[in-house]
Amino acid sequence: MTRPPAVVVEGLTVDRGGRQVLHGIDLTVAAGRVTGLLGPSGGGKTTLLRAVLGVQVVASGAVTVLGQPAGSPGLRHRVGYVTQAPSIYEDLTVEENLRYFHRVLTGRPVRTRAPAHAAAGGHGGGTAPLDPAVHPVTDVADAIERVDLADHRHDLVRRLSGGQRSRVSLATALLGRPELLVLDEPTVGLDPVLRASLWDLFADLASDGVGLVVSSHVMDEADRCDELVLLRDGEVVAQDTPAGLLRRTGTSSAQAAFLALVTHGSPGSARGEDAR
Amino acid sequence: MTATAARVLAQLRHDPRTLALIFVVPCALLTLLWWVYDGSPVFQTIAPALLALFPMLIMFLVTSIATLRERTSGTLERLLTLPLSKAGFIGGYALAFGLLATVQAALASLLLVGPLGLRTAGPWGLLVLVAVLDALLGTALGLCVSAFARSEFQAVQFMPAVVLPQFLLCGLLVPRDEMPAVLEAVSRALPLSYAVDAMSAVASDPHPALWGDVAVVVAFIVGLLAVGASTLRRRSA
Repeated sequence: MTRPPAVVVEGLTVDRGGRQVLHGIDLTVAAGRVTGLLGPSGGGKTTLLRAVLGVQVVASGAVTVLGQPAGSPGLRHRVGYVTQAPSIYEDLTVEENLRYFHRVLTGRPVRTRAPAHAAAGGHGGGTAPLDPAVHPVTDVADAIERVDLADHRHDLVRRLSGGQRSRVSLATALLGRPELLVLDEPTVGLDPVLRASLWDLFADLASDGVGLVVSSHVMDEADRCDELVLLRDGEVVAQDTPAGLLRRTGTSSAQAAFLALVTHGSPGSARGEDAR
Repeated sequence: MTATAARVLAQLRHDPRTLALIFVVPCALLTLLWWVYDGSPVFQTIAPALLALFPMLIMFLVTSIATLRERTSGTLERLLTLPLSKAGFIGGYALAFGLLATVQAALASLLLVGPLGLRTAGPWGLLVLVAVLDALLGTALGLCVSAFARSEFQAVQFMPAVVLPQFLLCGLLVPRDEMPAVLEAVSRALPLSYAVDAMSAVASDPHPALWGDVAVVVAFIVGLLAVGASTLRRRSA
């Protein structure tokens, strides 16, 4: 691992609604790897992801993303974010959604037939130059293709199923080839075949050097991750590789490992020690 | 800014019923008013004031619901993680709804001066101009107020809370200088009063001096849009 980490979280504390929901947590997310953020609902996963995006007001601590403080303007075209509920426009078609987000991202309209010099540097609106290889038309088509929605390109999002909507939401985050993808429960409510194909996509993206943080409360998705962060009641119970976690707890599944860690504690989990 | 405006218009293109309502309802209401008065001269005096009210009311509602939807669906939060400026977002909405407001107000005022036979002392083109500004005022008010609504229920209630007092105090029911002093002072702080004054001036004066009123309405539009933009937060609790 020669690349600098994609995300470094140090002593992050967050209060929401008069209650502390993250209690000074530390963790790192490597570039080019899929980091699974696992734990029960209400454990602070979404809050942590929002802090990585820089949209969460934090009480104390530091979150550094791609070498800059989280939420810096310079990160806005380098980080892709998929919220838990699909945040797309129901009354637009799949392609219209993507074209809009692409235009917001690059500051340039997506022409049906792009000029030969397409995707040269950005201008106006404080946008920075994108990878010249990202051609606006192919970028939109590519994103639709990657989430397997090419057949529904011209359908209104309103007419799509829940699973299809969340894939449209995911596609918008793939636009402009972000260096870090933050995905909040992207596989919830999808059928097993589709879930498997999305995890293949995540692995693909990671092998291209993209850092991914994927949250899930489904423990059996753990073995599709390169690295696991177990979050419970606002504390990091463990951060390890799936194999390392199983070895350390002497268990055979992530579910069992998680249970072992929260019920007995583990001498090997330094970060788990301060849990009550 | 144009990206967001084009997107908002594309959304409306997929929703023709809403578009039809925006354009038809003010015209239908003004026709109903004309019919209710059945040729009586009262129509000539109150129609201009209601031409100021209806477009503002409708654009206020449409705009506040549209932007509230953007907040509740999470698209606004996502947009604010992208390189989109707050002014670009608000400006995009103002541009798209401003365009609708212009078409709506133009249709309603042309209906009034044409088939419904409203006679204006001043040039009727000015009537169209003031109506367009009123509709824009409704858009700006809606954009601003939606920031303070947490649900559709609240947003809808802002309409009677924000627009109807302006209507009661605008001088249509009781001339403003005959109101209790306190209410007269309040009416001077409300934008609809100036819009109705401008309308009345066009209706009754062959050479209406309305630029003062128009300037106040424009200042309100710009100010409300600025407040609307300043309520957008990239970071929330």
